[in-house]
Amino acid sequence: MSAPKIIVVGGGLAGLMATIRVAEAGIPVELFSIVPVKRSHSVCAQGGINAAKNQKGEGDTTQKHFDDTIYGGDFLANQPLVKRMCEAAPGIIDLLDRMGVMFNRTPEGLLDYRRFGGTLYHRTAFAGATTGQQLLYALDEQVRRHEFEGHVTKREGWTFLSAVIDESRVCRGICAMDLRSMEVKTFPADAVIFCTGGIGAIFGRSTNSVVCTGSAQSALLQQGIDYANGEFIQVHPTAIPGEDKLRLMSESARGEGGRVWVPRNPSDTRRAKSIPEPERFYFLEEWYPKYGNLVPRDIATRAIHRIVYQEKLGIGGQAAVYLDVTHIPRETLDRKLEGILEIYQKFLGVDPRNEPMKVFPAMHYTMGGIWVNGEDQATTVPGIYAAGECEYQYHGANRLGANSLVSCIFGGGIAGPAAVAYAQGLRKSADAASCSAFASEEKRQKEKNQALLSQHGTENPITIWKEMGEIMTEHVTVTRINKNLETAYGLLTDLRVRYRKINLSDSTQWSNQTLNFARELENMLILALVITKGAFSRNESRGAHYKPEFPERDDANWLKTTRASWVDNDIQLRYEPVDISQIAPRPRRYDAAK
Amino acid sequence: MSEAKQPKQPKQVLLRIKRQHAPKEKPVWEEFALSWRPAMNIIICLRDIAENPVTRDGKKTTPVAYDSNCLEEVCGSCAMLINGQARMACSALIDQLDQPIRIEPLSKFPVVRDLAVDRQFMFESLKRVKAWIPIDGTYNLGAGPRVAPEVQEKAYPLSRCITCGNCLEVCPQVNHHNPFMGAAIFSQVRLFNMHPTGAMHAKERLRASMGHGGIEDCANAQNCVVACPKQIPLTESLAEINRQAWKQSLLGWLVG
Repeated sequence: MSAPKIIVVGGGLAGLMATIRVAEAGIPVELFSIVPVKRSHSVCAQGGINAAKNQKGEGDTTQKHFDDTIYGGDFLANQPLVKRMCEAAPGIIDLLDRMGVMFNRTPEGLLDYRRFGGTLYHRTAFAGATTGQQLLYALDEQVRRHEFEGHVTKREGWTFLSAVIDESRVCRGICAMDLRSMEVKTFPADAVIFCTGGIGAIFGRSTNSVVCTGSAQSALLQQGIDYANGEFIQVHPTAIPGEDKLRLMSESARGEGGRVWVPRNPSDTRRAKSIPEPERFYFLEEWYPKYGNLVPRDIATRAIHRIVYQEKLGIGGQAAVYLDVTHIPRETLDRKLEGILEIYQKFLGVDPRNEPMKVFPAMHYTMGGIWVNGEDQATTVPGIYAAGECEYQYHGANRLGANSLVSCIFGGGIAGPAAVAYAQGLRKSADAASCSAFASEEKRQKEKNQALLSQHGTENPITIWKEMGEIMTEHVTVTRINKNLETAYGLLTDLRVRYRKINLSDSTQWSNQTLNFARELENMLILALVITKGAFSRNESRGAHYKPEFPERDDANWLKTTRASWVDNDIQLRYEPVDISQIAPRPRRYDAAK
Repeated sequence: MSEAKQPKQPKQVLLRIKRQHAPKEKPVWEEFALSWRPAMNIIICLRDIAENPVTRDGKKTTPVAYDSNCLEEVCGSCAMLINGQARMACSALIDQLDQPIRIEPLSKFPVVRDLAVDRQFMFESLKRVKAWIPIDGTYNLGAGPRVAPEVQEKAYPLSRCITCGNCLEVCPQVNHHNPFMGAAIFSQVRLFNMHPTGAMHAKERLRASMGHGGIEDCANAQNCVVACPKQIPLTESLAEINRQAWKQSLLGWLVG
C-alpha cells in the first residue's frame, strides 16, 4: 500500500506532541486547528508541570507521584498507564528543557521546583506563572521546524465537523470546515488523533478559552465513540469572576506561600490589610493542618463553598474569599508569579502585591472525556486515537494541579507512534477506501449548514448558550442533588427543542462565525446531557463529584468507570471496573498524613 | 463621560465599529448602543452585539466577526485598534475608554472580515528566521544544558511574546511596500541566540535576519516597545540583533 497519512485534530500540547512524534517517524501529518496553534488553550496553564525529580533532596520518587495522583483522583483512574506517566515525567521535563523552555533556575543553573496541591513534595517545574504558554511555544517551535522541513502541513482556521467512518466501522479520515470560506471538505487519513481539549464553554463561563467547547468530542460520541466519566468536572478554587470569563489564579500562588482566608466577622468592612491576624480565619490551614492551603482542588473548592454558603463568611457577604500573597517578598512574586499577578492587576485595577485578591471557584477542567483503552490512546473506533484533556484516563475523579501538562505530553507522545503503527499495519489505505463514505459524510455536513443558514427562527444561539451555562453551573458543578440534576436534564432537553428554532442573523458564506458557533452549540447541548446524566446516576461522592445525599465514597457499588454512548438519539450509560492492580484503594483524607 | 450628560437614562456604552464583509469589500462604520454593566470589556460588548445584532438606529445587522480565544491576554488573538490604539480587546476595559469607542481591525494585516485579520505573515517570519532549538529528537537524551538564573531572567520575558502583531501595527517600517518582519521576530531571534543550544546556530538565524525585510530596515521609531502588551524590551532586542548581525557580516568580510 502507499505511505500512510495521519491527521491530528487540535494543536495544543497533546496535539503538537503527537504531531512531532508522527513527523519523527517520517510519516506526513496534517494538523488541523481552529486557531493558529500558537494560540491554543494550553497557553492558559500557569503553575507548572509535575515530575518527581527529587531535586530538593526530599526523597520524592515516581512511585510517590503515582500514589499522589491515584489518591488525589480518589482511585477512579485505571492505574497501569498512570504509573507509566509518572515514570515518564522526569524524561518529559528533560525533553522540554532541551527544547529551550525557560524554566526558572536554581543558583546552580538547575531547574527549580515548587510545591503544588495534593503533594508534600517540591515536584513542580515552572516557568514563571506562564508554564503552559512556555511549554506550548516550545512544541509549537518544534512543529514549525517540521513544517519547514516538509513533514507537517498545518490547516489552521479549519474546524473538525465529523469523522469519516466506512461501512466496516473503520475511520478513514475527517470532514472539516474552512472557517473563512466556509468550505466543507473531507480529508482521507489512515489514522486520526484527536487532541481537542476541554469543554469549559458548556458551563458558559469557565477558566477555559473560547474554543474549548467539546464540540469534537460530542460529534464523535454521536458517531459511535464512547465518552467516559463525563460527570467528573474540576472546579478550580481560585479564579477572578468576570462576565466573559472566570480568570484563573493559579494554585502556584499557594504553592509559593499564598494563604486563603476570610474575616472572622463577615460584616467587617475594614481594608483587608488592616484586619489583624487573630480576626482572620485561615480556614484551609485550620481544617487541613497537614496540607493547609495546598489541599487538592475539589477539597479547597468545597471548603470555599462551605465558607460562603453555609458559614455565611464570604467577604462582605459576597461570594468571595481572599487569596493573599502580600506577605511574600516582592522580588519573589515578580520572579515566580508575575504572569498571574499581572492578570489580576490588568483586569481589576488592583495590585495583588499590596492587596489580597478576591477569588471564587470556577469550572476549570474535565477529568472525563473520550474513552480510550489503557494501552495506546485508541478509542472504540479503529483508526481514531485521543490524547490530552479530551480523553479521560489519567486523573480519575479529580486531577492534581500541574498533572495536566504532563498527561497531555505523555498521552500525545503515545498516540503519535500508536497511530503510525496502526496505519502501517492496515491492509487497505484510506485512499483506497470506498469513496461513498466520504461523499455521504460531506453531503450530511453540507446539509446541516444549509439548514442552519436558511432557517428563520426566533431563538438566538448566544442566548441558548448562556442559559445552558447557567443550568450547568448551578446544578452540575460543586454540589449535586438528584432532584436538581433531574430538573437540569429537563431544562437542557427543552433547550435542545428551542435550538431547532435558532436564527443565525447572518446567512453569509464568508467567515460566518455564528454558523460555526451554532454547530458547536448543538454538540455542547448533547455533551451537557452526558455530564448531567452521569452525575445523576452516580449515587456516591468521589473526588470532584459530591452529592450531599450520598456523602461517602462507595467502592462496593461505584468503583467503576462510566461509559456513555449515543444510541438511537439517546444516552446510554454502562459501567466497567477500574484497574486497581497497583495500589489498593484506601480512604482519602487530607486533614492528616495519608 | 456620557453619564454626566444623561443622568436619568440608564448608562450606555457607545461603539463605532468598522465593518467589512469580505477582504475586497468596502468598509462601512456601524454604531451600537449597549447597556452598561460593571467591569465590561470589548469582548463582552461584541458578545452583546452577537446576541442582539441591531445598530444604534435600530437597523438589523450581522454579528461582528473577530478573533478571540483565551480572554486573558496570553493567546494573542484579539488584537485590534481601539480608539486608534493597537491593543488586546479582552483587557480593554470599557470604563477606561472615551466614548463613543472606535473599533477597527489592525491596518497592517489583511482583513478577513470585520475585526478579524490574517497574521500568517508573522508565523512565516518565525519560520524564516528559524525560531527554534534544533533538537536531535524527542527520545531520551538526558537533561538540557544548565542555564544561569541571570540568563533565564533575561530570556523569560522575551519568551512571553504572544505574536499579537501590535508591534508591527505601530511600526512605520511595516507597510505595504516594505516586508519588514517586525520587532517581535527579532526579539525571538535574540531569545534563541541566547540559549546555550540555540547559540550554536545563531549564525543561521542572523543570516535570515538580514536582507529583505530584515533588521536593517528598523528605523528606531521605538513605537513597538510602547505598544507591546507584555512589556517585552523590544528595542533592546532590536539593538542586540542589529549588533550581532553587524558583527557577523563584519567578521564574514574580514575572513573573506
